[in-house]
Amino acid sequence: MALSPKLVREFDELVTHYPEKRAGLIPALHRCQEENGGWLSPETIEDLSAYFGLEPVEVFGVASFYPMFRLAPRGKHLVSVCHNISCTLRGAEELLAHVCKVTGASVGGTSADGKFTVVRVECQGACANAPMFDLDGVYHEDLDDKKAEHILRSVK
Amino acid sequence: MKEFQRYLLDRIAAANSHTLAVYRQQGGYKAIEKVLKTPLKPEDVITVMKDSGLRGRGGAGFPTGMKWSFMPDVAKDPRPRYLAVNADESEPGTCKDRVLMERDPHGLVEGCLIACYAMRAKAAYIYVRGEYRLSYDRLQAAIDEARAAGLVGKNILGTDFSCDIWMHKGAGAYICGEETGLMESLEGKRGHPRPKPPFPAGSGLWKSPTTVNNVETIFNAPFIVERGAEWFKSMGVPKSTGNFLCGISGHVNKPGVYELPFGLTARQILDEVAGGIWKGRKLKAFFPGGSSTGLMPASAIDVVMDHDSVKAAGSMFGTAAMIFLDETASIPQVMDVTLRFYDHESCGQCSQCREGTQWLHQMFHRIARGKGKREDIDLLVSLANGMAPGKTICALADAAAIPTLAAVKHFRAEFEQCVELGRDPLAPTHAPAPELQGAH
Repeated sequence: MALSPKLVREFDELVTHYPEKRAGLIPALHRCQEENGGWLSPETIEDLSAYFGLEPVEVFGVASFYPMFRLAPRGKHLVSVCHNISCTLRGAEELLAHVCKVTGASVGGTSADGKFTVVRVECQGACANAPMFDLDGVYHEDLDDKKAEHILRSVK
Repeated sequence: MKEFQRYLLDRIAAANSHTLAVYRQQGGYKAIEKVLKTPLKPEDVITVMKDSGLRGRGGAGFPTGMKWSFMPDVAKDPRPRYLAVNADESEPGTCKDRVLMERDPHGLVEGCLIACYAMRAKAAYIYVRGEYRLSYDRLQAAIDEARAAGLVGKNILGTDFSCDIWMHKGAGAYICGEETGLMESLEGKRGHPRPKPPFPAGSGLWKSPTTVNNVETIFNAPFIVERGAEWFKSMGVPKSTGNFLCGISGHVNKPGVYELPFGLTARQILDEVAGGIWKGRKLKAFFPGGSSTGLMPASAIDVVMDHDSVKAAGSMFGTAAMIFLDETASIPQVMDVTLRFYDHESCGQCSQCREGTQWLHQMFHRIARGKGKREDIDLLVSLANGMAPGKTICALADAAAIPTLAAVKHFRAEFEQCVELGRDPLAPTHAPAPELQGAH
């Protein structure tokens, strides 16, 4: 495996934004994750380490530090339910239970059909519109069970 | 509440407020034009920022003009210099910078230009938390538009001022909102805060002079430059000038992000802005400025909301992220959730923080489940005092210790009751927070 020519072109431009190449690592990890089904495989970590001239363990050390990087495969869609204080005060735990019921996934797990992975996340900065979840990178706010169910059922 | 002048959220009512055309229709890029065409000297810009009294809006409330003046003399220090904009908004309850970035991104771009000019910075990096995808996309689009219009890049507005602005995406770590953690992360590393000194102005990004400012802070700069320090000081109170964005969440009728002048009481904000406590219930307590600021009891509701008054009342103004709790809220449950966050977000470098946040969380968790021991309550206090202040590389340990001490101080009886009854009488009827998982 190697990075696709498209990503290499992107990264060649990306690293010109910084005086040191390594600064592009975290944005590059994001792009690889987006292009590779929402997770970073050991091969991807090795490809990036080759590109940035770092040891694989160094890249792994960065990837594993940040909660947004996933080091294991996930379902087709990722539902991240905020469980921090402002959301909890307005029903985040009830929302999470409902999300699990609708998707068939347990918290931290993937539904049997591989369609949904559901996770708890810390504050997403949507406190004035609580409770909320992030579905594949898009915020859905001011949720109640009905609205959440409608959104999740509309996903292909 | 008296009428007051607004400016921060003035432009966002317009359709397509995030585009260059609409920003210009509303007077955008006039401030940088004034700076470059007058021309004002960089020192003049710093002087007006100092005179305005603007204090940083990222939590600490440090005077912005003074921070800018810490950058070394360009004649004696040839290193490139940088501005880093802290858009890693992650303090629980805080959701204000997002409004500016999503709906008025050119205001931030113009602010970056002014700040870079004043500090002779070569480039600005806007470090946006990874989850804020719309903020990132809107800012990137604004930078692209501005670059095409000759407002970003080389020879801006035909002058010899050149400045780049780059977007940079974080990846979900709260600690990267700490300025030295942010710089490590921007350099492509784990977000481990650096010991200070050296301070960023002496040695920051890539060992070069760097200033880190919050989004809302930078967003204020064009207004101050264009309208003047006297105008800015005409709003607010003498030591906290201008307006601020107040994110209101929790048990209120009208949660939202509001532009307010300093000097209102928390009661005025709760009743006249947030529509009061929901469901006809009574106020029990509130966090005045995010979950790391000490919880205040309902009896403190007449505190005046400015940096110094909140501090004098025993808490902190923080990011003005007010979280209100009604009479049905269980303080042990609230603290379990609050400490779960700091436990999760500790970077692990300092043992006081790595272990302390975890132990505090475990104790709040067991008290909230009726499994606490009587000695736990004093142990919370002694642990928190062992973590802060100033005992660790950064202030995350303080962020966990401060609300812990405040909660025990104001609500000790509630913790004692949970221990004695072997259950929390105010526990929610739904499933409680999950069992604790493994350590860091």
